[in-house]
Amino acid sequence: MTMAVYLALYGGLGFFLAGCLWRIYTYARTPLHLRWELYPVPHEEPGRVEHGGSYFESGDWWLSPQAVHHRREWTTMLREILFLRGLWEFNRPLWLPSFLFHFGLYLVIASIGLGVLSALPGSLMHSPASAFLFSALVLACKWAALVAILLILAGALLLLYRRIADPALKNYTRPGDLFNLAFFIAAFALLGAGLLQGPAPMKALLRGALHFDLGARAAVVPSLGIVLASLLLAYIPFTHMAHFIAKYFTWHSVRWDDQRNPRNGPLEHKIATSLRLRPTWAAPHMGADGKKSWADIAASNPAEEVRK
Amino acid sequence: MSRSADLHDLSRNDRMPLTHVENEELMPLPEPLSNAERQHPWPPLSAQCVDRYECGLDDTCAVNVPQPKTPEEEKKLVAQFLSGLDKLFDKENNWTFLQPLLLTMEHCTGCQTCAASCHIFEASGRNELYRPTFRSEVLRRLYFKYIKHGGLLSAWQHGRIRLNWPLVARLVELSYRCNLCRRCAQSCPIGCDNGLVARELRKLFSQEMGIAAKELHEQGSMLQLKVGSSTGMTAEIVKDNIAFIDEDISEKTGIEVHTPWDVQGADVLLIHNAGEIMAWPENPGAYALILTMAGVNWTMSSELAGYDSINYGLWYDDAQLARVAIKHVEAARKLGVKRIVLGECGHAHKALCVTADRLLTGDLNIPRMSSLPLLRDIVMSGKIQFDPARNDFPVTLHDPCNMVRLMGVVEPQREILHQLCPRFREMEPHGVDNYCCGGGSGFAIMSGNNFTDWRFQVAGRKKMEQILNAFADCIGPETQKYLCAPCSNCKGQFRDMLAYYNLWEENRILYGGLVELIVNAMVDVKPGFIEWEWR
Ligand code: SF4
Ligand code: SF4
Ligand code: SF4
Repeated sequence: MTMAVYLALYGGLGFFLAGCLWRIYTYARTPLHLRWELYPVPHEEPGRVEHGGSYFESGDWWLSPQAVHHRREWTTMLREILFLRGLWEFNRPLWLPSFLFHFGLYLVIASIGLGVLSALPGSLMHSPASAFLFSALVLACKWAALVAILLILAGALLLLYRRIADPALKNYTRPGDLFNLAFFIAAFALLGAGLLQGPAPMKALLRGALHFDLGARAAVVPSLGIVLASLLLAYIPFTHMAHFIAKYFTWHSVRWDDQRNPRNGPLEHKIATSLRLRPTWAAPHMGADGKKSWADIAASNPAEEVRK
Repeated sequence: MSRSADLHDLSRNDRMPLTHVENEELMPLPEPLSNAERQHPWPPLSAQCVDRYECGLDDTCAVNVPQPKTPEEEKKLVAQFLSGLDKLFDKENNWTFLQPLLLTMEHCTGCQTCAASCHIFEASGRNELYRPTFRSEVLRRLYFKYIKHGGLLSAWQHGRIRLNWPLVARLVELSYRCNLCRRCAQSCPIGCDNGLVARELRKLFSQEMGIAAKELHEQGSMLQLKVGSSTGMTAEIVKDNIAFIDEDISEKTGIEVHTPWDVQGADVLLIHNAGEIMAWPENPGAYALILTMAGVNWTMSSELAGYDSINYGLWYDDAQLARVAIKHVEAARKLGVKRIVLGECGHAHKALCVTADRLLTGDLNIPRMSSLPLLRDIVMSGKIQFDPARNDFPVTLHDPCNMVRLMGVVEPQREILHQLCPRFREMEPHGVDNYCCGGGSGFAIMSGNNFTDWRFQVAGRKKMEQILNAFADCIGPETQKYLCAPCSNCKGQFRDMLAYYNLWEENRILYGGLVELIVNAMVDVKPGFIEWEWR
């Protein structure tokens, strides 16, 4: 049983990491796309961000280098990640359930971090000060976990209710969406129930997993909770729930990507590479026979050829 | 309204429209259009149109796709669609937008935050068919089924879809019920882009199946590539027209103006939307006057497409987008000018300055800019004397999405208006949060069947509400009001929409560009440049 729990946990983590890397790779290797940004772009000059302006607001913009204010970009991102600012602004009714749910997930991560710290070898914890730190870590870890589970359950239940009750979502709620939420609810309910039975068995299992200690006793409910949570972890990167990865790309490489293409600059090379690709679009005006490159096609004139 | 449309209805085999919008269901408009008498009944599609073309979507028909005659023909079309779908997700064929498209396909949570941002959805009385995610969800399901080759498990995870010709035919029309204004994308918490989806669908239809709205393709980008302008004007005709405009402006303002042509090495190559030259000659005239008085070393070009900045490819086709963009910069390269400056045309701004920035390399990579900062600098420079009292009438400003939300040119036009128009007032919301005029993505030039009714009653309705609210304190005919729209396309939409609701005759709302207001306030110009006459 203990072995099975460990395997689920390692497997879950492994799949999660591999899935995330695969997704990052999939998006990162797509070619540089045409510019398609949306204003406001937060790394613009401070005087422009407020009204959503761009460097195109100045005459002769190409004579000065492009200013990129990363700090503003990161604070915007942080507010979005921690407080879901977009939903707050554009979809207030959905904000609370979503915030509870996401904040709960952040607390889970925090709790795992604290747990790992507190599971470090006892030799590090000799002095009275470190003993105090140790018990503070354990306490914080326990409470973070409990609050996290409560928030996730509350958030997931509210989201599930909305999916079922809101007619606007009818066309867009696939069976998989209901399953995803149910999956979260089941996994975290079991983890919660496990914790309520007393934190010791759960702690023992997680600590055991960290040191691969097969002697740890696996109580039923915490074990089931960990197995289910591991399966959930493995499943996430293969669903739209991996939007924590997508969002990096949608924001940084689409919405905010206003990188200029100065003559002989770094982008020209990438563009030239893409222009050498050979499309096969079949409409006659395209003139794409699989041999001509995008550059050839862009330089051709279908209207002129018709006239000849 | 017929039963609210379901995604699966799209594959229905009959050719009956999936929805019908009654006037009473539309978003109510403020005074004076709150009065039911000033609303228009829906004119039905003609029997000929219904018999010949695919119009099984809603009350109108934008693209006129001929009905296939045999089941074999239908099958062939579906196969073409599938082959196009493959190419949409393939690097060789769609490097231009693959990344944003993939992200949009794979990560929509279905939260519907975007729905509240879409003027078309809101104005239609929240008709399901016009929900921003409706068409995206169809493409998404097709993507998971045919590109990712998902089986039953995938159908369960991502939803079912049945691909047949009726679905494809309806999807063609549905891709032309979006203004591509991308207001929805701005509010999506994930960063998905339903506007992009509409464009990618149009692109699939155009680049693979040769299906596009004729106003955008045959009469648009193809005509431009053939004779130089989608207006059909050759360089000779444009030169003649401009000479006439110069004469007219000189006489009207008392200041001699000669538009320079093909000046080698000029500082500025000015490219107008040629529609201005035909429909609103005072606009290029005003530009010529301002640049002359400011002492700018400028020129126009008589090269193919060098005198028409439009680039309809931005709305439906990457190859056409690239071809026209190259024609524009080639005109500049031949003349050896320092920069291209775009006149008042939103999509031309976006196409040439922003989107095409990742198409142009080497000696085609010539600086391109909006004319608005140049105008702002001229107005603020003190080179020209202005009397704002000449503009003492209510003015409001429309923000063309392509220039503002999609390019970030927000303040220069406002600085000018604050300086020159004492009674300037904003619409709400404005700037990057603006609403499209309803003419975006080519609608302003599309008028087949009863499409214009849909364009005014649905697509333009939210903007209409904003305009009326901005002038609520002076809506009566005793006050002449000016709706400033620094975009040729938007002006086309306003001309037609204000006329549709009789708002010039009955409420004295006139529309026009920005440069007209600048010239109207010039001390050295004879008073009364803006004539307060409908055109
Ligand atoms: S596109 Fe964005 S806002 Fe709209 S439903 Fe999908 S995730 Fe939500
Ligand atoms: S791009 Fe504009 S018109 Fe199209 S769905 Fe989005 S908000 Fe609506
Ligand atoms: S027509 Fe005008 S308002 Fe509408 S999308 Fe184009 S620029 Fe925007």
